[in-house]
Amino acid sequence: MKTLAELLATHPFFRDFSPEHLELLSGCASQQRVDEGDFLFREGEVAKAFYVVRHGSIAVTAVTPHQGLVTIQTLGEGDVLGWSWLVKPYRWHFGARALEPTVVVGLDAACVRGKCDQDSKFGYEMMRRFAQVMASRLEATHLQLMNVYENRS
Amino acid sequence: MTTQGAAQQPDARPPAFLEPEHFDDVIQILRRRGYRTIGPTRRDGAIVYDEIESAQDLPVGWTDEQSPGRYRVRPRGDHALFAYASAAHAWKRFLHPPNLQLWRAQRTNGHVELVADSAPPPRYAFVGVRACDLEAIRRLDQVMMDGPYVDHVYRALRRDAFLVAVNCCDPSGTCFCVSMGTGPRVTGLADLVLTEMVGAGRHFLTLAAGTASGQEVLDELGRRAATDEECRLADASVEAAAQNMGRSLAVDGLREALANSPEHPRWEHVSKRCLTCGSCTLSCPTCFCSTVEDVTALRGDVTERRRLWDTCFSVEFSYLHGGSVRLSPRSRYRQWLTHKFSTWHDQFGVGGCVGCGRCITWCPVGIDITEEASVIRQAVPLPGSTGPMTE
Amino acid sequence: MVPELYRVQRVRQETHDTFTLELRPQSGAARLTFKPGQFNMLYIFGTGEVPISVSGNPTGATLVHTTRAVGRVTHVMSRLRAGDVIGVRGPFGAPWPIDLARGHDLVIVAGGIGLPPLRPVIYHVLAHRGDYGRVVLLYGTRTPEDILFRAELERWRARFDLELHVTVDRGTPSWHGNVGVVTSLIPKAPFDARSAFAMICGPEVMIRFTAMELERRGVGTDHIYVSLERNMKCAVGFCGHCQFGPHFVCREGPVFAYDRVEDLVHRWEV
Repeated sequence: MKTLAELLATHPFFRDFSPEHLELLSGCASQQRVDEGDFLFREGEVAKAFYVVRHGSIAVTAVTPHQGLVTIQTLGEGDVLGWSWLVKPYRWHFGARALEPTVVVGLDAACVRGKCDQDSKFGYEMMRRFAQVMASRLEATHLQLMNVYENRS
Repeated sequence: MTTQGAAQQPDARPPAFLEPEHFDDVIQILRRRGYRTIGPTRRDGAIVYDEIESAQDLPVGWTDEQSPGRYRVRPRGDHALFAYASAAHAWKRFLHPPNLQLWRAQRTNGHVELVADSAPPPRYAFVGVRACDLEAIRRLDQVMMDGPYVDHVYRALRRDAFLVAVNCCDPSGTCFCVSMGTGPRVTGLADLVLTEMVGAGRHFLTLAAGTASGQEVLDELGRRAATDEECRLADASVEAAAQNMGRSLAVDGLREALANSPEHPRWEHVSKRCLTCGSCTLSCPTCFCSTVEDVTALRGDVTERRRLWDTCFSVEFSYLHGGSVRLSPRSRYRQWLTHKFSTWHDQFGVGGCVGCGRCITWCPVGIDITEEASVIRQAVPLPGSTGPMTE
Repeated sequence: MVPELYRVQRVRQETHDTFTLELRPQSGAARLTFKPGQFNMLYIFGTGEVPISVSGNPTGATLVHTTRAVGRVTHVMSRLRAGDVIGVRGPFGAPWPIDLARGHDLVIVAGGIGLPPLRPVIYHVLAHRGDYGRVVLLYGTRTPEDILFRAELERWRARFDLELHVTVDRGTPSWHGNVGVVTSLIPKAPFDARSAFAMICGPEVMIRFTAMELERRGVGTDHIYVSLERNMKCAVGFCGHCQFGPHFVCREGPVFAYDRVEDLVHRWEV
């Protein structure tokens, strides 16, 4: 049975994390199973954690006035979910629902934030990785917004 | 590949001597051989290339004054036959017709039939092709006949064409053939090459054959050879022309400078003046872009597909699903200049400009490509500059 | 060049704005042969002529073209019926590098209406499956309603020798598949980035982002091939309309190795 630190080490998001930092992180970690159709978290709730997906797939959802709940992005194995925990007011802007039986490792937000404050090297490594994730998401969102497939006749 | 008949070996024979009042004999010989003789003639206040029936139709004693955005003809007070620089347009209108039927389609009771135009092409004799224009014809030959596809209309017209080239002795204010290495002396292949010598109380023509067909015409003309002194005088006229160019353009490094300067501020600068009217492309002897049009009879059962000259300066030229790729005038001017002096090399192994100066003369706002190209070549932006930039 | 007359055998409405024509020569002769990636100029009597990529099987009996109704000519085309006659000139253009890519993994990325010009490649690859390594097809559209050839895609997806992922920019309540831009499918797609050949077709913006994502994974730009579009009138390199920098898209393209056009693609209004 792998320890949490070992599980985290295999996840692409934590590639090249030092063993010490992985130990630090594992103190904030807990594995979670989500059944198909269940919500990991809902829009508006306090963002208590962020998650890395080990198996399965998650639909990032938004509530819309006319269409109800729509999926704005699908994340799967190897992806990282959530950064609302990083920025005030630490509330989820979107929901997350499992599309199939899914296993995630949750990292407690307060715990991780505390450790970032204590260990600036650790903090830097976390911020660097999240900056990369945010940049990719932003690029993808721009592409979605540009509506490139539109029929411009 | 160019004029009909095999090229002669470098001829040891001196050129023939011809009095200007007998030049009509050349035209009549060509007409008797079935050619439609096209040459310079005065019309609508300009010198244009059109069908001529005799030497009387030539602009005898007239010359042109050309400068940016300005063209005038004026009498010289002599009887020179070819004492202008370049006609208002180029020979391309005969080899690459501005409006051409490609084919016709007829629809009867749901059955469609397509018929290509099969009328035999006219046999042209071009009388008075300047060195720059001759070079322009050779460039068009490359575009139309040397690639993976051949323009059959062009080839048919070109193959049968008889070219009487004429050395230039009186360049205009917009000429820069020396910079482009295309003149004033004719070096390309032409059936006949003539030089007109006017000055110091003398007026005569020398004619040299460049092909077997040209030699046949000279033989029929049956004139004596020009003397050494006459040849020297004729030569000196052409040499003098080379010293009298209206402007110049340094071309080394220009191709690369244009390829690497898509954001040069000069593009913005010129676009403030450019009307994107396309006069430059119309008058340019090497611009070849075209479009197609479907013309349907009112009844709707007969339709024609026609090919027309087009210009990259129009917004529609680059239209693609709901928008044009080159929307701004800046990008369209950039396209034209970059094509002419840079990407033509990538496409055809040679530049597209022959230094005839027509685009400078006929631009309504007098944009001078030698100036624009020089600024970009020097890679030094000069906002507000209006003076010519020469090396 | 005078068009050859082809008779419409069938018109199939694929989505609300995209349709497929199946054509045969009116004379009864065999249809023209083409290579995947090439296009024909399709002429509608009295209306005009447009360039459309061939979207059918290179070994099929009919000539198949799939297009979107975007302008005057294609709108008229969308109203054609079986038995109508149109003109066909072609085939033109540089094809996809299906020979060069033999022995290599293939990554085929299609965006929206970019799938039809790639479909002949898929037919060819599946008919010569042993000639290629791992084959990945990634397809992105705006919404689930825009997915083309859905039944065919579902059949291909069921195969064991092909990895196929479809994603949409915008989901709908009834869509339970992937949501996200097609580039997001690249990081996890199973192919050897060092030697794979990639073929991308779709809107130019999508092509740029996809190429960037492939480069991030280590695919060389000389192994990435893209299909570009420009205004075309003659399709044989004379009218000048399709110029893209020094390239005549009708003749040196529409398929280009990305290293030849990468700089130009990032410039504005070329």
